[in-house]
Amino acid sequence: MSARSDSGRQTPPAIEIRGLCTQFGDVVIHRDIDLDVEAGQMLGLVGGSGSGKTTLLREIVGLLAPSKGSVKLFGQAVLDPDPDLRRQLRRRFGMLFQQGALFSALSVFDNIAFPLRELRLLDEGMIADLVLLKLGMVELEARHGRLMPAELSGGMVKRVALARALSLEPELLVLDEPTAGLDPDRSENFVNLIKMLQKALGFTVVMVTHDPETLAGLATRLAVLADQRIVACGTAAEVFAVEHPFIRNFFSSGRAAATVRQGAC
Amino acid sequence: MTVATIETVRQADGAQIRLSGEWTLVTLPPPIAGLELRLRDLASGNTCWDLQPIERMDSAGAILLWRAWGRQWPASLAVSGAHRSLLERVEAISADVEPEQPSASWTWIRLLGGGALAAIGHLAALLALIGQMLLDVAHLCVHPGDIPWREFSANLYKSGAQALPVTALIGFLIGIVLSYLSALQLATFGADVFIVNLLGISIVRELGPVLVAVLVAGRSGSAMTAQIGVMRVTEEIDALATMGVSRSLRLVLPKVLALALAMPLLVIWCSAAGIVGGMVAAKLQMDLSFGFFIDTLPKVVPVANVWIGLGKGAVFGVLIALIACHFGLRVKPNTESLSSRTTTSVVTSITVAILVDAVFAVLTRGVGLP
Repeated sequence: MSARSDSGRQTPPAIEIRGLCTQFGDVVIHRDIDLDVEAGQMLGLVGGSGSGKTTLLREIVGLLAPSKGSVKLFGQAVLDPDPDLRRQLRRRFGMLFQQGALFSALSVFDNIAFPLRELRLLDEGMIADLVLLKLGMVELEARHGRLMPAELSGGMVKRVALARALSLEPELLVLDEPTAGLDPDRSENFVNLIKMLQKALGFTVVMVTHDPETLAGLATRLAVLADQRIVACGTAAEVFAVEHPFIRNFFSSGRAAATVRQGAC
Repeated sequence: MTVATIETVRQADGAQIRLSGEWTLVTLPPPIAGLELRLRDLASGNTCWDLQPIERMDSAGAILLWRAWGRQWPASLAVSGAHRSLLERVEAISADVEPEQPSASWTWIRLLGGGALAAIGHLAALLALIGQMLLDVAHLCVHPGDIPWREFSANLYKSGAQALPVTALIGFLIGIVLSYLSALQLATFGADVFIVNLLGISIVRELGPVLVAVLVAGRSGSAMTAQIGVMRVTEEIDALATMGVSRSLRLVLPKVLALALAMPLLVIWCSAAGIVGGMVAAKLQMDLSFGFFIDTLPKVVPVANVWIGLGKGAVFGVLIALIACHFGLRVKPNTESLSSRTTTSVVTSITVAILVDAVFAVLTRGVGLP
């Protein structure tokens, strides 16, 4: 090992995508995508419908294998052939699904406790304390732990799903449409909640969203997916500087552009 | 990555516990319970803690310390600001809320009462469903244009036509088994030719309808419960209601009518396959010719038996479809409820079919027997 790599060892980027291609049958979704997300960044992924944002997200978390190319999280391949390494890596990120994806047969408490119990390291007393702490973090009360997912409102489902995604103290949080289906007031609350937690816990965030308010509130960087590749990536100002019809259209409504510009600059 | 370490530092005014390394869920050395015990031991004798050398701590580490301290701050604590705020957040956890315990007395009476009430509830709902269906039929008599022909034929195809291969196979195999076993017994009495009477009566009157009922309850009944159940979970039934489409007319009635028609046909089909199986086995086992078998069958099995078999088929079909739809409509929006309702639906339909079969046997004891 060289002296240089010993002294100035850099932490690998949270996400490193190289030459990623996706193809379903004859339909090409992604062509040769490169993307880096450094630890601590909050990246917003935007693109028209059907541009493959959610597909890219699923490839990042390893739910879907790309046709070509590689995805590395923290310098480690997501689809590593070694199942132990794969399982360890999966414990380092949390995903918030669009509909919450709470286990409908388990109560809120058991939903959040589920990943902790799967570790098989903690006793029930400690799990209970951790779950109550996470519930507190997402501003829910201990009595909400007894409710079943079917009894929750849309905003509460998102909060519980966030608490579950955070239960293993992830270094990376992947959000699929975090504020879809919430009214503007709740959506703003939820954005502030994620922002506050990010500040306290320092995780990296990657999200897909259509909502300019959410983008402005959360994203420190933007990546624009169009024409099967990433046409622009950088801070909001850098992205606006790129001349591309989708970018012009997406940020054409004055309010959206103003919100994002204001939030990100 | 540095492992969490605990050191005891001797000082003039007593010992100080110094923690360093990474105190996170991922890096804590297992078993964590052992670590907690060790910390607790240390905490009981020492009140001086230095957490400043800790590199990283997450809420799992903070909770571990907090529990080791007996849920209170130690007398003297040196800690960085970020970690202090984390510990303060742990301190703010409200005391564990215990779920209300049901009173232990009279548990079995409560269970019995609950079961009885649930059974009455199911019966009442089933009765309401039947009443609604009769109203629907009356409505269709007045407005024949509203008859859901497409749903009816789709159900007829799915639960009738597609069930033909499996019912034939099962019927044929049961016929062979029955014929083979009876032949052994009859041969000891020299009563070989009575195999025709035995097979004819038992298959046409009893086995055909019951076998088909069990198969259809497992095949189509479960599918109906699951389909209606998922439609409830995904709010499709509510969507139908907002469009002014009656769920009983569009979902329940076509299923009930389709099974009422398909079941008797399946019974005939299954009984025929059973008799063919029995005939083949009789030929192989006792060298009884096909011609003799076919010739004797109508003479020893009165035609009333066929009508009884057909009647049973129709009644079982209606019951299976009604029970399947009833449980489907009672599915709550979670996966557990869907699976338990589907199980209950199949078990109930099979039990009810066999119960009704017994009632049939008592009521028709004087009919169709030579």
